[in-house]
Amino acid sequence: MKLSSPMDAWKYLPGTNCKECGEKTCLAFASLLLERNKKLEDCKPLFEPKYASKAKELAELLAPEIREVAIGVGARASKIGGEDIMHRHELTFYDRTSLAYDVWDTMAEPELRERVRRITKWRKFYVGEFLTLDVIAVRSVSSEAKTFARCVKCVAEETDMPLILCSFDAKVLEAGLKEVSDRNPLLYAADKTNWQAIMALAKRYNVPVTLFSLDLDTLNSLATTFAAAGIDDLILDPGTYPTGEGLADTFSRFVRIRRAGIVDGNKSIAYPLMAVPMTAWMTNGNQDALDASYWEAIIADTLILRYADIMILHSIEPHSLITERTLVANIYTDPRRPVSVDPGLREVGSPTDKSPLFITTNFALTYYTVESDLSSSKIDCYLMVVDADGLGVEAAVAGGQLTADMIKDTVASYDAEKKVAHKTLVLPGLAARISGETEDATGWSVLVGPRDSGRIPGWMTDNWPPKTVS
Amino acid sequence: MRKKITFGDLASILENYDIVELEDVKIEGDMEVELSQSGAIPPPLIQVLQSMLNEVDKQVEATLSTRKSLIQMLQPVHYVEEKKVAVLERAKFEVAKAAWTGKIEEVTIGATSADGGTRESTVTIGGEKSLPFYNFDFQMPYPPVISVDCFDLPIPLAKAVRGFYEDVMEDPAEWAKKNVREFGADMVTIHLISTDPTIKDTSAKEAAKTVEDVLQAVKVPIVIGGSGNPDKDPAVLEAAAEAAAGERCLIASANLNMDYERIAKAAKDNGHVILSWTQLDINAQKTLNRYLFKLGVPREDIVIDPTTAALGYGLDYAFTNIERMRIAALKGDTDLAFPISCGVTNAWGARESWMKGSPLAEDSDWGPAAYRGPLYEIITGLTLGIAGGDMFMMMHPKAATAVKRVTQMLFGADTDGAKEVNVDDWVTWEANK
Repeated sequence: MKLSSPMDAWKYLPGTNCKECGEKTCLAFASLLLERNKKLEDCKPLFEPKYASKAKELAELLAPEIREVAIGVGARASKIGGEDIMHRHELTFYDRTSLAYDVWDTMAEPELRERVRRITKWRKFYVGEFLTLDVIAVRSVSSEAKTFARCVKCVAEETDMPLILCSFDAKVLEAGLKEVSDRNPLLYAADKTNWQAIMALAKRYNVPVTLFSLDLDTLNSLATTFAAAGIDDLILDPGTYPTGEGLADTFSRFVRIRRAGIVDGNKSIAYPLMAVPMTAWMTNGNQDALDASYWEAIIADTLILRYADIMILHSIEPHSLITERTLVANIYTDPRRPVSVDPGLREVGSPTDKSPLFITTNFALTYYTVESDLSSSKIDCYLMVVDADGLGVEAAVAGGQLTADMIKDTVASYDAEKKVAHKTLVLPGLAARISGETEDATGWSVLVGPRDSGRIPGWMTDNWPPKTVS
Repeated sequence: MRKKITFGDLASILENYDIVELEDVKIEGDMEVELSQSGAIPPPLIQVLQSMLNEVDKQVEATLSTRKSLIQMLQPVHYVEEKKVAVLERAKFEVAKAAWTGKIEEVTIGATSADGGTRESTVTIGGEKSLPFYNFDFQMPYPPVISVDCFDLPIPLAKAVRGFYEDVMEDPAEWAKKNVREFGADMVTIHLISTDPTIKDTSAKEAAKTVEDVLQAVKVPIVIGGSGNPDKDPAVLEAAAEAAAGERCLIASANLNMDYERIAKAAKDNGHVILSWTQLDINAQKTLNRYLFKLGVPREDIVIDPTTAALGYGLDYAFTNIERMRIAALKGDTDLAFPISCGVTNAWGARESWMKGSPLAEDSDWGPAAYRGPLYEIITGLTLGIAGGDMFMMMHPKAATAVKRVTQMLFGADTDGAKEVNVDDWVTWEANK
């Protein structure tokens, strides 16, 4: 974005401090706009006719350096690009890398439908929410328009996810496009030979389009030409080489294109980038699927970190999906989000004075993991969160931020004694080494729980209620 | 000639007939409106004027909608006639180089007989003048290296890892040998964890003996790690440093919550490199490094460990912490301009890397743990390598090999496969049935 201080944005706001946006002053709202924690639309008065020109100017000034392109429609539509920075600590990365998994038009229909359903329904719980996948890429392997259209139709019937239609043949693409023209699919791809035909398609159907070229001058020329023709929902694919020098070169192009867009402010190339880690499969994917899936994840990792806004992948095996999607969640977590939760004594479910009292630290990830394990297993208990400077259990024990004395203080400050009758603490397995000291310091009996809170249900069967309690 | 009536007349006529509103009534003719000085409009007149205004609005709307339809009808014709772009607009791609002012220290670990040691190889890390693998800014001088872990007693390991080490877990020297011979380790890390009073309380003297055995067994440089017990480590690492005098080992580690002075002195007196370890805290790292400078530890004898967190368990913090330190160093902060070591084995702390299945019924199937574990280690290592890691302490042979291969490629040493693949063929690539 082009603004550097809240005052710059404030000049364009009504300045009435009406509080409709939820902030006390227009200036406070302006600073949140800059941090991207509020949207322009939150300022209702700004959209009154008398402010029309100011609203328009401010929207332009606030626009991210990298264009934001929407694909798909409805609840699962994906926003791609929209980035403003080169490194996440400078603010935060914004629209997380969209992960697209492939299907192809030579698949038998039952398998095709099953694969689409698997991609659509996949989910994994992580820090308070379910991670899901983003996009389905439909590849034309047959190169036949009819076959492709039939395939796209099946896919569209099975899923509400955004689609990428993949072929270099405009006729094939159009056949697919006709089946889903109301679903805002992304076209893949226009290159230096077919670009006129693809441009006509993008115009006629008003859909976003990918431009592909290994040569960056050509890629820039394609983008410039499309933009001049009024098509700017563009995504750029500079090619993804899977190994060796080619991979190093791919890494370099992704960094240099993004740098040109954000640092140099070169608008003609400031579009979202597409990577295709599935090229890993083209070296020996049909001989060693596990190896290919690992190498695909390696390319994905490299380019999630270095500026791919959307990527096409092939392996839908759990190990691939879990690692790739978790990495995206990590890298696109807002670094301004607090690392820690408040210490205290929390109730999980409906505990009584006979319920166990578990101890954990105030590192947000640790806390949410333990809390979700307990609540998902329907264990009624107390969870005592110790202030360990926002570190996880293992690191806090090693670094001296989780000690017997800390636990003693926490037990005292939150009146644990009044909550449970058994005077028993359950320490995390990773804190086993301070169990003796903790017993001495607190005067409570200490049980050592499992090393992973996912194993608490099994541990409960063997260890709770403790033998000493009648 | 028509009769001229005023609005006043009209209003009273309407009032006579109890009419409050007029619909679909057209009033034609010129109109003169005279308002009194006070500006007050009689209520009946307001009604009439409002009806008229509504009528005008309707007509404007109809006209606008007709205009829009006409434009739409003209649009395709307009497009076909005018908008067939014939040639690509040539636009050269240009981008500036990043200009960094700082340089990371070059640190060599291991000493050959020429330098008073007995190693047959040494490793050098650091020396960067740009972000990792940004060879278009400045060629990275040394690729990252891998040190494979071994321990001085059998430890609980994830099933996927255990299989590789089961036969050597009782003997650290054999374990170290296997890491080099079979898994191609650049270095070996011996973790003296049995010295922890709560584990086995092995004496510093015995631990030093283990270090001697490992030095005998392998000819690569070694890392000597304590148990992490802040009270015991200074004595253990001091004894180990003395036993390994002249070998230029990496002593792991000095930390703010222990007697780092004693460890730093032992490393310095016996010609070793010291690992300066802090926990995800850039300021603590600067502080500890400054303490080490004060103690007279030469800059080329320092490697830093800003803490590794596993994928899904704080990797974002570790990534950003390392990236920030590296960027600060390249911008000229000499307190942070040191090679970075990452304890990638921490990835096995993530439950996804070893747990049989998800503890949550709502999750999709996790698949075999044996497939997940190595990939968690790979992604944790590679991610930190791209942030700024120069050295990775690892455990699973397949993970170590993969991280080595990809970092070699990004570094520019492994040109295997080059550009033989036609990259746009993936669209039509046929997977096995």
